[in-house]
Amino acid sequence: MNELGILLPAILNGVTTGAVYALVALGLTLIYGVLHIINFAHGSLLMVALYGVYFLYALFGVDPYLAFPIIVPLMFALGYGLQRYVIGKAGHGKDENIMLVTLGLSIIIENLALFFWTSNTRTINTSYGFSTVDFGVAFIAVPKVVAFVGAVIIAGLLWLVMQRTDLGKAIRALAKEPRGAQLVGISAPHVYAMSFGIGVACLGAAACLLLPSYYASPQIGHAFVLIAFTIVVLGGMGSFGGALLGGLIIGVTESLGGLFLGESLGKIGIFLIFIAVLLLRPTGLFGQRA
Amino acid sequence: MRGGAGIILVLAVLLPLPWLLHSDFWLNFAIMALYYGFLGQAWNILGGFGGQFSFGHAAFFGTGAYTSAVLQLRLGVDPWLCLALAAVTGGLVGALVGALSFRYGLRGSYFALVTLAFAEVFRILADSAEFTGAGVGLQIPLKQTAANFQFPDKAGFYFVILGLTALGLAIAWWLENSRTGARLMAVRENEDAARALGVDVIRTKLIAITLSGALMGLGGTFYVQYFLYIDPTIAYGPAVSVSALLVPIVGGLGTAFGPLLGAVALQFVNQLAQATMGSAIGLNLVVYGVILVLMIMYMPNGLFGLARVSARRLAGRTG
Amino acid sequence: MLEVRDLSKSFGGLRAVAHVGFAVAEGEIAALIGPNGAGKSTLFGLISGFIRPDAGHIRFEGRDITGLPAHRIAALGLVRTFQITQPFAHLTVRENIAVGAHLRLGGRRDALRHAAQVARRVGLDGRLDQPAARLTVAGRKRLELARALATDPRLLLLDEVMAGLNPREIDEIVGMIRAIRDGGVTILLTEHVMRAVMQLSDRTLVLNDGQLIAEGAPRDIAADPRVIEAYLGAGAARAYVGEAAHG
Repeated sequence: MNELGILLPAILNGVTTGAVYALVALGLTLIYGVLHIINFAHGSLLMVALYGVYFLYALFGVDPYLAFPIIVPLMFALGYGLQRYVIGKAGHGKDENIMLVTLGLSIIIENLALFFWTSNTRTINTSYGFSTVDFGVAFIAVPKVVAFVGAVIIAGLLWLVMQRTDLGKAIRALAKEPRGAQLVGISAPHVYAMSFGIGVACLGAAACLLLPSYYASPQIGHAFVLIAFTIVVLGGMGSFGGALLGGLIIGVTESLGGLFLGESLGKIGIFLIFIAVLLLRPTGLFGQRA
Repeated sequence: MRGGAGIILVLAVLLPLPWLLHSDFWLNFAIMALYYGFLGQAWNILGGFGGQFSFGHAAFFGTGAYTSAVLQLRLGVDPWLCLALAAVTGGLVGALVGALSFRYGLRGSYFALVTLAFAEVFRILADSAEFTGAGVGLQIPLKQTAANFQFPDKAGFYFVILGLTALGLAIAWWLENSRTGARLMAVRENEDAARALGVDVIRTKLIAITLSGALMGLGGTFYVQYFLYIDPTIAYGPAVSVSALLVPIVGGLGTAFGPLLGAVALQFVNQLAQATMGSAIGLNLVVYGVILVLMIMYMPNGLFGLARVSARRLAGRTG
Repeated sequence: MLEVRDLSKSFGGLRAVAHVGFAVAEGEIAALIGPNGAGKSTLFGLISGFIRPDAGHIRFEGRDITGLPAHRIAALGLVRTFQITQPFAHLTVRENIAVGAHLRLGGRRDALRHAAQVARRVGLDGRLDQPAARLTVAGRKRLELARALATDPRLLLLDEVMAGLNPREIDEIVGMIRAIRDGGVTILLTEHVMRAVMQLSDRTLVLNDGQLIAEGAPRDIAADPRVIEAYLGAGAARAYVGEAAHG
């Protein structure tokens, strides 16, 4: 009985943290899971978005949840431009090159952030930042609940885009058969850039939902990159529902790991899962067999 | 056999450097250039010659570094013996990562990601364990004698890293002139074709990653002896992994001299950046990132590839 | 030399190869033909160890090689080429062939020397130090052949080695293949170029829909109504035979 009293809140907390992780991973699911663009800059782009939300609040008083209409399009434009004019150009279509270019970009972005904004962590204090929702077994912070709901909504939106829009069809066509897709008139550079843009726009949304319960610092990308890739692979490359579920699993793993092994050692569970998935079931939970 | 004369020449030129360079600053420059060149050569064996891009080479470096530090501090093992042992542990971790990854057929981005995950696992372990000093790290007490693998005069360290550089060049030369190397490069180019010619792909990759890991272990030991300090982030963090891959990419993948060239070039860039931008934290790393992106975009063959093309043009041969 | 018994392989619901059985005698040139999608490449993949069979056995020189990994089979002397050429792009022609030579030779100098000799046999000696990526289609086909030859094979599996070649190039390769057989290598090839099949093969095997439907001398195969129907569709045999009778 006692154990349950400790386990349940940990699991619940893990679920909400996991939703946040899933938010970050959703964009990468599109970029890496569907189109196999290995984006090592995903974490640093999240960091940029977080700073964007922070400065909107600190300088202009814009509430993070209201910053969506500003941040999301801006991040979309950034993502589109990066893919169209840097990554796509430098990649020459080869996986190894794309890995290295995005790695280079992440180094540039992180260290520019370090230079301009210093390594001080930035947090914001919102009116609801410390309110909690009573779930019976535990109290969960309002921002985390909002993040959870937001993650589900965004996953749904992404799924709709992929299944019901022309763009979604074009993306899927390009992912399945690049040559054939181009032969029927789909512009590869444009569609890749649109996808990258959407993926990065998701990061913008994630940042808006994240900042109230988190913080911004130049190094924050590091922590998220590996976790994001873990979730994308675990969920099954290209499955948004899988990314959601994967995020929850990872969040709970981290939470339980922290409970049993302590704060720092607890994180090891995530990466052991990642290694296991990569070795044993790289198609993940919901991915199609290659 | 090709390349041997060039290597001997380069080593001969580098040998008398401590007596030619009269400033501590330039000697340190040379040591750091050779050090990063060595790390780059280690990565080059698996990544350049073998075509398997690891993003987590710190896993091998850190293991070697901690092997040295822990054995010296906790068990009083002779530091020079630790050098050899670090090569063994680095190689073992390499073999472990390789055995798992290659047996399960991981390639491309999946392989890069799994190496990243392994490095992170090691970092977390080192961060939590008592015997590695946890987050605080380990400090080697100062005792500057040659027998203790610490030198009062920097020249001592220079000769050690020069020796390691020679080892790296010898291994690269061996890869360029042996059956194992030919098979490794075949695996890099086309695994199926290699298999059809009787090449045991998994075993070949395993040899490469074990060798690569052993060399990184040696590099880790050198770091510990030179800086007398190690902690989980230095040992297993992204900085070492990135440096190890940046150097041969800039200098020329899959060539014996590429890593050395790349390291020297990057050291110059580093010093230039520090001189012009002062100690602005982060800016010189921005330059590294920009260089990486530009290299991939315009010079995927690195500086060495550029040199080869120019040499051919000079010799009048076209196409 | 090669004995295939009751070999089957399915991919998902698709039966690519179904209960195929045949033998190739030492010293002969056997040809495997059949319409597109008949399962020829799959069969090659199964024999050479690149694909694991669902059922059946493969014996090579009296030894059961079913399920052995591809590199072990190659080391035993059963070597294949690829339909879509797979050069080691950044290595020179010489270095490419040397990889094959290294199967039997441990020394670098020996392997490089042997590579040059093999290159001469296929007419690539003018291009020894060119990067393989620069070769034309015909050159790449010869490189495929040379690399496989350098391993000193006992049985050579040639996968559509003539695809993409013009008539003159085809004649050259036909001559080369004959010379290789005369040198003591048994050959099993798959081809779409019928002229070459007629000229080269001692025996022809016809595959359709994963099954072996005919086997025999090339001339007989060409007139076999089942073979005609496999290529031209049901009823074609009657029409063809009818025309031949009237025309």
